[in-house]
Amino acid sequence: MATFQLTVNGQRREVNVDPSTPLLWVLREDLKMTGTKFGCGISACGACTVHVGGVATRSCIVPIAHIGDRPIITIEGIGNDAVGRAVQDAWVDQDVVQCGYCQSGQIMAAVALLKSTSRPTDQNIEESMGGNLCRCGTYPRIRAAIKTAASQINKGGA
Amino acid sequence: MPGLRVGVLVSAIVVAAALLVNSSGAETNPAAQGVAAWEQVYSVLTSPRCINCHTATNYPQQGDDRHRHVANVVRGPEGKGVPGLNCAGCHQETNADSTGVPGGHNWHLAPLEMRWQDINDRPLSSAAVCRQLTDRSRNHNLDGPGLLKHHEEEPLVKWAWNPGRRPDGTARTLPPLTHEQFIAATRRWVEAGTPCPK
Repeated sequence: MATFQLTVNGQRREVNVDPSTPLLWVLREDLKMTGTKFGCGISACGACTVHVGGVATRSCIVPIAHIGDRPIITIEGIGNDAVGRAVQDAWVDQDVVQCGYCQSGQIMAAVALLKSTSRPTDQNIEESMGGNLCRCGTYPRIRAAIKTAASQINKGGA
Repeated sequence: MPGLRVGVLVSAIVVAAALLVNSSGAETNPAAQGVAAWEQVYSVLTSPRCINCHTATNYPQQGDDRHRHVANVVRGPEGKGVPGLNCAGCHQETNADSTGVPGGHNWHLAPLEMRWQDINDRPLSSAAVCRQLTDRSRNHNLDGPGLLKHHEEEPLVKWAWNPGRRPDGTARTLPPLTHEQFIAATRRWVEAGTPCPK
């Protein structure tokens, strides 16, 4: 066991865990932040996506000892960000969610895309979101919501 | 004059030995020796730990069977994936053996001009890889000593000999030579003038 100082959604948190523990389980089990989901556990589905140092990161396969001092943003905190807020609003506007299990990861990936590419093409969306699986098949609505959010951002609404 | 006789005898032996070696060709032919060293280098470059990230396609590969990387990972404009699906979103600065994810500094795909495969994921020939590696317009302008230094020091090159563990806990396969053997072969190839097979 070891003690780690983390910055999660702007707040300092301290955890005492095995250094090999994946970030996902630190968030869910130790910090009780269950918005980030366990999907496949092998970084293949994207349900566990959070931002670490601004990079969309698969929290299920990154041990806590690898985080260092990089800030962590989760679905619980992404709405405090202008782009994150725009994406969440677009998700509601397009009624994207069906069962919802994958959607926190989808939103985190979409925010990462829009922070880098404010006017994404269909190819940009397919490539950036291609690692986030949705068994309900909400992909068309995800694409529409990303475009809605992009419009909002480029109008100066975010 | 026993000393003179011994000297003549030694000289004769050296000349005879040289003639014998010359008659067998490659042993004293620097280019042939260099090509032989290159083939050792090539055996490493085309091992999965190296060639999996020297693809000609829009994606990296994984595993000893060199299958397409899972999660629909794509190359991206700088070989580092795309926003939302960057290499660094999984691959950290070091291996994560508890989860089986390899890692190293600046994890990325080699650029397309440094591809060592064709678009059907087949390794290029020894001659083709050699030409690519020695073409300074396609190798970041590295001369022979530069290539040697790259093989000696580049973190992602050295990672091939410290590739960590697979998700099932077993050790990843290493290249066919040790790093020391790889460097020795590269040095012999460079000292021979980086000759390529015909």
